[in-house]
Amino acid sequence: MENLKVRIWRGTEQGDFQDFEVPRQESQTVLDVVTYVQRKCDATLSYRFACRVGVCGSCAMTVNGQSRWTCRTHVSKVATDNTLEIAPLRNLPVIKDLVTDMREFFDKWARARGRFTGSTTRKDGFAKVSPESKERKRVDAGIECIGCGVCYSACDVVSWNKDYLGPAALNRAWTLINDVRDTARNERLAAVAGDAGCHACHTHLSCTERCPKGLSPTAGIAGLKRAVLSATLAGDI
Amino acid sequence: MKNDFRARNHPAYWAFIVHRSSGVLLALFLPLHFWALGQALHGAAALDGFLRWTEQPLVKFAETGLVLLLAAHMAGGLRLLALEFLDWREWQKTLLTAAAGVSLVAGLAFLLNLV
Repeated sequence: MENLKVRIWRGTEQGDFQDFEVPRQESQTVLDVVTYVQRKCDATLSYRFACRVGVCGSCAMTVNGQSRWTCRTHVSKVATDNTLEIAPLRNLPVIKDLVTDMREFFDKWARARGRFTGSTTRKDGFAKVSPESKERKRVDAGIECIGCGVCYSACDVVSWNKDYLGPAALNRAWTLINDVRDTARNERLAAVAGDAGCHACHTHLSCTERCPKGLSPTAGIAGLKRAVLSATLAGDI
Repeated sequence: MKNDFRARNHPAYWAFIVHRSSGVLLALFLPLHFWALGQALHGAAALDGFLRWTEQPLVKFAETGLVLLLAAHMAGGLRLLALEFLDWREWQKTLLTAAAGVSLVAGLAFLLNLV
């Protein structure tokens, strides 16, 4: 097979693409390509990965202009004219090359009250939640988020409003709103209301389009909008 | 770094652009619409004169664009309401196909009525 032409971002916010040639292999992933470059071409290339199997959420990058998890993206699926352009995630500060600073992404999970707040202790028994209940089904639809940042990178509203909590943090809030054991519902709804929260979403569905786990943060954000409305009308927040 | 068109090139983003641009264009058209209605204040003859002018083929053809904008904005708006207010179902992602279809049908119906 012909060598793959690869352009990789080098630098920080300022920088340029550097060209490499990588031998093409069957079932090669984009992460394989980046690893080859780092091991065989230029050891100073910085990038992040851990599990290589789509669990940890650390290898997300921008591949040919679209945010993707690279460990489970096959080169054959995304290369155009045998060329790959690999850049860091969008909407996050670049530390070096393909590594972004994820702090603001995770800080926003905290601001959206993304932490479970319960009322029981380890001495109490397990809560019984029917898998068939409406709430449990809603949680199931959003709970598989791996925190890779692809949705945050794909979202235009994040680019337009730097305070916007973003799809992942709001999706997390939505799963907790539907967790019947959680006791911080009203505080969480108040935290995600407002122009930096769920109401800022423009329903572009870019997060839903790009989520590698096939989740729909847009669905969760729409749910939050409805929940905030009901809580406001009821005078709870 | 910011996204470019490659990140935005998907159907739902196009639906957003259609909804936003049709809204802006319709808002720009509104003053003309009110001006036309205002002709009635100058008596029936003034309004009839204007309405006769709009019977010209080229003006009628341009009106097709207007109908298309209205239909697209309304169908897109109904799609957004369904996305926001109904409990999420998979079919909601494909609502924009229905919205685009309804708009085109409305535009074509108006156009076919001309010939």
